[in-house]
Amino acid sequence: DPTKMAALRVIQKLARTVPPRCLSVSWMSSHASAKSAGHPVSEVVMPLTVLSEDEQMMRDTVAKFAKEKIGPLVREMDQNSKMDDSVLQGLFENGLMGVEVEAEYGGTDSTFFSSCLVVEELARVDPSVAVLVDIQNTLIVTSLRLHGTEEQKQKYLPRLAADTIGSFCLSETESGSDAFALRTRADKKGDYWVINGSKMWISNSEQAGLFLVFANADSSQGYKGISTFLVDRDTPGLTIDKHEDKLGIRASSTCPVHFEDVKIPESNLLGTLGHGYKYAIGLLNEGRIGIAAQMVGLAQGCFDYVVPYTMERKQFGQSIFNFQAMQHQISDVATEIEAARLLVYNAARLREAGRPFIKQAAMAKYYAAEVAAKTTAKSLEWMGGVGFTKDYPVEKFYRDCKIGAIYEGTNNIQLSTIARYLKQEWQQ
Amino acid sequence: LCCVVDQESLLVSTMKVLVGVKRVVDYAVKIRIKGDKSAVETANVKMSMNPFCEIAVEEAIRLKEKKSAKEVIAVSIGPKQSVETIRTALAMGADRGIHVTTDMRTDQEVQPLAIAKVFAKLIEEEKPDLVILGKQSIDDDSNQTGQMLAGLMDWPQATFANELTFGDDGTISVKREIDGGLQTVSASLPAVVTADLRLNQPRYATLPNIMKAKKKKVDSKALADMGVDVEPRFTVTEVSDPPTRQAGSVV
Repeated sequence: DPTKMAALRVIQKLARTVPPRCLSVSWMSSHASAKSAGHPVSEVVMPLTVLSEDEQMMRDTVAKFAKEKIGPLVREMDQNSKMDDSVLQGLFENGLMGVEVEAEYGGTDSTFFSSCLVVEELARVDPSVAVLVDIQNTLIVTSLRLHGTEEQKQKYLPRLAADTIGSFCLSETESGSDAFALRTRADKKGDYWVINGSKMWISNSEQAGLFLVFANADSSQGYKGISTFLVDRDTPGLTIDKHEDKLGIRASSTCPVHFEDVKIPESNLLGTLGHGYKYAIGLLNEGRIGIAAQMVGLAQGCFDYVVPYTMERKQFGQSIFNFQAMQHQISDVATEIEAARLLVYNAARLREAGRPFIKQAAMAKYYAAEVAAKTTAKSLEWMGGVGFTKDYPVEKFYRDCKIGAIYEGTNNIQLSTIARYLKQEWQQ
Repeated sequence: LCCVVDQESLLVSTMKVLVGVKRVVDYAVKIRIKGDKSAVETANVKMSMNPFCEIAVEEAIRLKEKKSAKEVIAVSIGPKQSVETIRTALAMGADRGIHVTTDMRTDQEVQPLAIAKVFAKLIEEEKPDLVILGKQSIDDDSNQTGQMLAGLMDWPQATFANELTFGDDGTISVKREIDGGLQTVSASLPAVVTADLRLNQPRYATLPNIMKAKKKKVDSKALADMGVDVEPRFTVTEVSDPPTRQAGSVV
């Protein structure tokens, strides 16, 4: 049967490019049902918003955990600019910190898409917690899985899954978007490295046990000297300054991290010397899909709160939701959130399928950050005066969303990235 | 209550526990009635494990952790999506599942007596030492299945369980929530226990356990093939919303 053979070839092709655990049961069963509907099927493509059984279960469990264990603490954590220990413990206990870590290292043994779902669900309740989980999974764990030696994986992956938070140390006071202008140095002294310099705006650093540090081991090579190092928190010479007093995502600690003659064994070099710049680009290209997921979750969390309010609130004898102007604004925002989510899911699926995804990832991050900003701004307006008070969660979402346009690649950087790809596609 | 001690079921380390898990409309969802008033609307509505079943599963898992039980089997009777409910139980720690498939409505058509008979049939095959069910499901609120099952099996029953402890002599001691307060009963095994709200706080299915649950076995059998009389004993003629609240008046 040629139809069946064609379908089988597609599934097999998918199976070669996608790691076994990415293929889910529901894709296969929908193939069967499409066939039985009597239409010749050459390949089965599922809607982006249809999740596999595991993904659905994970989303439900994270949603429940977020609502019950994080929800009640959100306001306090924001006010005190401090993540509660019970939340951190819960994140580890429920396997949210090592989503892609294989079972043999004590991880959840799941996929990149699942980690994006986890981040999205957490962001609906608290974007600060979401960013902590996002950095851990998409930057720290991924860097070890991709570039670590077996010894490094055995040493760090189980800890990252079980109890150790990681920090990604790239930015400095003089190098943000121009990341490769970083000045932190790594000098080789016999069989160890000595790191000197200061990093700025480092998320999770207050609680981190492991620091992934980008330092230049050979400045004569320019950015091609940048290398990646693993530094444990208790290494002498490493100090973490007081956290910044931020506008938003306040519960996520953001601190300067100083390295003063920090000695680490040469076995703590991650990957190849001088390839750090490549690793950083690669990690951030993927990581920004996670941030995009955070922004989508933030927008949705805010929206979910406000819409029922507009149906309850009455003015001029009816719910404010009934006014056409309100309905149009609300529908417009709902459409944009849906569009942002689809961009994120598609970028994540492309990445998982081993297909080109960088342009789409940049689009997802840029668009999701913009949508989050618009959603929260509009939500504040719909709530009116009460939205402007701290008694309601909307003002926090409004403050939290702004960072989306800034970190892990500013909006302008994303647009430049997209332009680069467009140029490649359209160049005469 | 029967206090005859059966030596075989004293082998606590090999104890098998059967737990019922029902797929119901999620407790947080606002219920809507179908246009024809025949039933509650369940199409495109979020469904979850019945909260009392979650508590039952949690208790069974704790028994396993305390080494009082060897194996926990999760049973669900329902449509093909009920397998998701079984998977949640597996992700919480149950060892394997049994899915009895049916397209009859589990909130109206498949009634407690039928469910009890299905469980009785499964008990014949699996020979568990303990059956833990939720005290009632939040869709039909019958609060009958556990009691009927005990009656069919001629087993002791400890319903509305608030606390469950094992005695050394192969009996269980159960604190029950009753109108006047708490009543403690003891029963020999095998027995039926139904879980009440304060029995325990169910754990979250952790992400690693959700992935591990995929490898656990779920057996499927059709309700029609079980040779059990599942004819409804009553028909639901109408389902309607409660009358809208009127304003009170000052006396």
